[in-house]
Amino acid sequence: MSSSAITPLLDRWEMVVGLEVHVQLKVRTKAFCSCSAEYGASPNANTCPVCLALPGALPVLNEHAVGLATRAALALNCDVQPVSIFARKNYFYPDLPKGYQISQFDKPLALGGWIEIGARAEGAPIRIGITRVHMEEDAGKSVHDRFPGVSAIDLNRSGVPLVEIVSEPDLRSAEQAGAYLRVLKQILEYVDVSDVSMEEGSLRVDANVSARRRGETKLGTKTEVKNMNSFSGVERALEVEFVRQVGVLEAGGSVEQQTMLWDGHTGQVRPSRTKEGSHDYRYFPEPDLPPLVLALDWIAKVKHDLPELPAARRARFASDYKLGEYDVEVLTANPRLADYYESVARTHGDAKAAANWVMGEVLATLKTTGQDISRFRVRPADLASLLNLVRDGVVSHTAAKQIFGRMVATGDPPAQIAEREGLVKVDDDSQLAAWLDAVIAENPAEAERFRNGEKKLQGVLVGAVMKKSKGRADPKKLNQLLVARLTS
Amino acid sequence: MHDVRHIAALARLGLTDERAAAIVDELNIILGHMDELSKVDTAGVQEAIGVGAQGLPVRADQGPPFPLERSLDSFAPSLREGFLLVPRLSTHESSEEG
Amino acid sequence: MTARSSAIVSQEVAAGRATATSAVDAAIARAREVDAGRDGLNVFAWTDDADARRQAAAITDRLADTTPGALLGVPVAVKDNIATLTMPTTCGSRILEGYVSPYEATVVKRLRDAGAVIFGKTNMDEFAMGSSTEHSAYGPTRNPVAPDRVPGGSSGGSAAAVASGIVSIALGSETGGSVRQPASFCGIVGVKPTYGRVSRFGLVAFASSLDQVGVFGATVGDAARGLGVIAGHDPMDSTSADVAVPDYLASADADVKGLVIGLPKEYFPASLDPAIRARCDAAVEKLRALGATIREVSLPHTDLAIPVYYIVAPAEASSNLARFDGVRYGLRVEGDGLRGMYEATRSRGFGPEVTRRILLGTYVLSAGYYDAYYRKAQQVRTLIADDFRRVFESGVHVLFTPTAPTTAFPIGAISDPYEMYLSDIFTATANLAGVPAMSVPIGRVGGLPVGGQLLASHFDEARMLTAAFALERAMGAEAHA
Repeated sequence: MSSSAITPLLDRWEMVVGLEVHVQLKVRTKAFCSCSAEYGASPNANTCPVCLALPGALPVLNEHAVGLATRAALALNCDVQPVSIFARKNYFYPDLPKGYQISQFDKPLALGGWIEIGARAEGAPIRIGITRVHMEEDAGKSVHDRFPGVSAIDLNRSGVPLVEIVSEPDLRSAEQAGAYLRVLKQILEYVDVSDVSMEEGSLRVDANVSARRRGETKLGTKTEVKNMNSFSGVERALEVEFVRQVGVLEAGGSVEQQTMLWDGHTGQVRPSRTKEGSHDYRYFPEPDLPPLVLALDWIAKVKHDLPELPAARRARFASDYKLGEYDVEVLTANPRLADYYESVARTHGDAKAAANWVMGEVLATLKTTGQDISRFRVRPADLASLLNLVRDGVVSHTAAKQIFGRMVATGDPPAQIAEREGLVKVDDDSQLAAWLDAVIAENPAEAERFRNGEKKLQGVLVGAVMKKSKGRADPKKLNQLLVARLTS
Repeated sequence: MHDVRHIAALARLGLTDERAAAIVDELNIILGHMDELSKVDTAGVQEAIGVGAQGLPVRADQGPPFPLERSLDSFAPSLREGFLLVPRLSTHESSEEG
Repeated sequence: MTARSSAIVSQEVAAGRATATSAVDAAIARAREVDAGRDGLNVFAWTDDADARRQAAAITDRLADTTPGALLGVPVAVKDNIATLTMPTTCGSRILEGYVSPYEATVVKRLRDAGAVIFGKTNMDEFAMGSSTEHSAYGPTRNPVAPDRVPGGSSGGSAAAVASGIVSIALGSETGGSVRQPASFCGIVGVKPTYGRVSRFGLVAFASSLDQVGVFGATVGDAARGLGVIAGHDPMDSTSADVAVPDYLASADADVKGLVIGLPKEYFPASLDPAIRARCDAAVEKLRALGATIREVSLPHTDLAIPVYYIVAPAEASSNLARFDGVRYGLRVEGDGLRGMYEATRSRGFGPEVTRRILLGTYVLSAGYYDAYYRKAQQVRTLIADDFRRVFESGVHVLFTPTAPTTAFPIGAISDPYEMYLSDIFTATANLAGVPAMSVPIGRVGGLPVGGQLLASHFDEARMLTAAFALERAMGAEAHA
């Protein structure tokens, strides 16, 4: 099932979506104990009395997790609450060691935010409300296929801090849901609170979706769709579930409030075994943790210290560097790339040249190697040096590309490479003349035709000289010399 | 009785029919005494949260981890290759219907 | 008979006139006398004479290079819901049978640091749910004063360990009176500190907002000495208060003259046993004679304490006891799939009173009932705390009440759960409000001990102890007659 199945329904039916996004915070240690929060240790290696829920163990909150959660909430335009309360969400599951998850319920960390999506492609930006942002702890992992007949529990992830970001049911299409997730991810990357990787599980999405007839203002019965592992998976799952719901409604049935599981392989949703009515989490204030009190001036300071957000950065790149919309979009895609570009542009001085290089050579190289810019071997200062060499006529543009290739391979500074590899531009008349004479001697027919007025052969001859000089010949001087030699 | 079955299921306590019937009576008597509270006017009264505490203290985001003097295999009922084992769950089996 | 005072033992060991080993040997000998056999008191869930002697020998070895601690060489019994490394921690429950904690409670660490020998784990009502120590998976404990009677509970084993003269100090835990009521029943001293005064890290949770480790002493001095060692801020417990700990032993020398002692009328109802009232009157007269000002006060919401307590405590317990699921530690009973394993483990592992309270707590938190029960109870709890705040703000320093409405009752006498709950009627208020409270012996009725309760405002244990030291001195032998 795909977009083709949904299109004919959209005249009569509208999709209503709200998203719940869980984001793992970038911390060294867990939310309530000092165990490492790092991924990849051997099973249950990162556990202690607290995250194993041994009798008598007690939680103590990680200060940095509060800082990151607050930063995230402020970046999403939420009101951070001076007093918020941790609550226990009670349910039994083997990867939930205490039998309850420490979360927040009726007094969450932050309320009432929004983000804007579709600011460019669809004209006017659409504002999507954010109901709340709250802190909670992650559960462990249940592995079902490791040993026959039993499930295997690894509690390394148990207690890793999360924020849950709950949107209003403001999204009206799968594309909007995808756009919301991309904007959200970008903002969270900018404020550096999480790795926000759906593939690695540091960002997880549950979707509440319902269908209603166009013109209807009441919300229909929703289902919760889970188990998507990519943004495009979310979009596909929403469409499939929407089509399913509309099918039920058009047949005169009613949608059952239930949890649906997305299967990315078959492209289908199926009901989970959960009965919605059986959920009774018995939330109550966590008595082991007094209310979290945040001083107003501390909240103000976190807000003041927020890094520049994507929208502001886009606006600034457009005005400061006179870049076009597309260039801005590409260069601000993530904060590391934007920082890289900006560093090159500032050091070098020519913003347009910097943009061309970063969007051209740099991104092409990263695409080939699959690397992230943060680990890119060519540091911004070195790239700026290379651009300076081009600007100052020390190396030709052709040579610069060769030098860049060597920089990627060796990490050496460009001047050193140019020197070592003999790529410094040659504007010495006698050397240029020697190369030119050799080329004329090797291509007597072309030289003759040029002499007789076939001007287009100038490029062929210059190219041959460039090749002979390994790109070092100063093209401007070479052209002058060629014309002088063959027309006089 | 339906309530008792429901809460016993929530609390993962198996009850024989006989015990469940007795529990209904016991809880009804106890809850009868609790009804005293419904007569108290608590309009505008804050719930007691964090009695005697002075706000939530926090810890720095650093190790070392709190040590276990004996490892998991000294007390875990069923452990293999470092994993805790439980009866097989179907994938995505829900928390409530497990 | 009482064990030698902790003050004397620690001084003698420090001075080299006695050894930790001799103190431990005395405790072992006394335990054999009273605890062994079918008619024994059943004080302990676990003792290990060899382990106690090893600890004592280590103290002797270290003597030269350490500053003598306040409990140097003093054997201290510890309730079986406090995590210890060398002995099991079972909470009187089948579900933790044989479980040895891989980490140690902060209070136990502090006892060791002060030179104490951890002498055995004491019997208790399962998960501290009870007022008689009859609800232990390991059989009831008997009252050393009257072996056919209960020692009170839930810390009945610790109370009996002190009352029978095995140790001079024992740790218990309080949620609604589990130290003070057995202290009263056994004729010893029992202190419940301010909520947050003593770390709960390593105390197996029953009701987290009410639980507090408490101390039994043969005398006020023993209890004060023990309290001084375990009190103080612990960064591992987020509800532990960072409030300076005064020298509680100095309270012995403070004057009660000028102390304003309030008698809350709600604790002396017309229905109060006249013999217990008479013992209270006598104690109050002693305090008045010492120069204290006695004033009648009112704590109007007192009669709501039991309904509030029996909503809040089971609610928290239902959540706190969810971790006993057979997955990571303790008992596991296989059943049909995961669900069957959970239900078999928990049904087999928990006794009837624990099951009852888990169900009650689950019910009051469940959808549709939360507001009527849990939220309401937490609001009334605020009113109860406000009662105390108002009285202490009005210039009253310490309150005096009976500790329990009765003396120790015969084993098996109370079968109705709610009737048992009423044992906590004078004690649960202090847990709900978080204030410190203690029980001191004020004589006997029909040969059975009666306790008088002293309460103070938050973190004012020192003034409460001042009144207790004075009362103890003034009562003299009358306290146990």
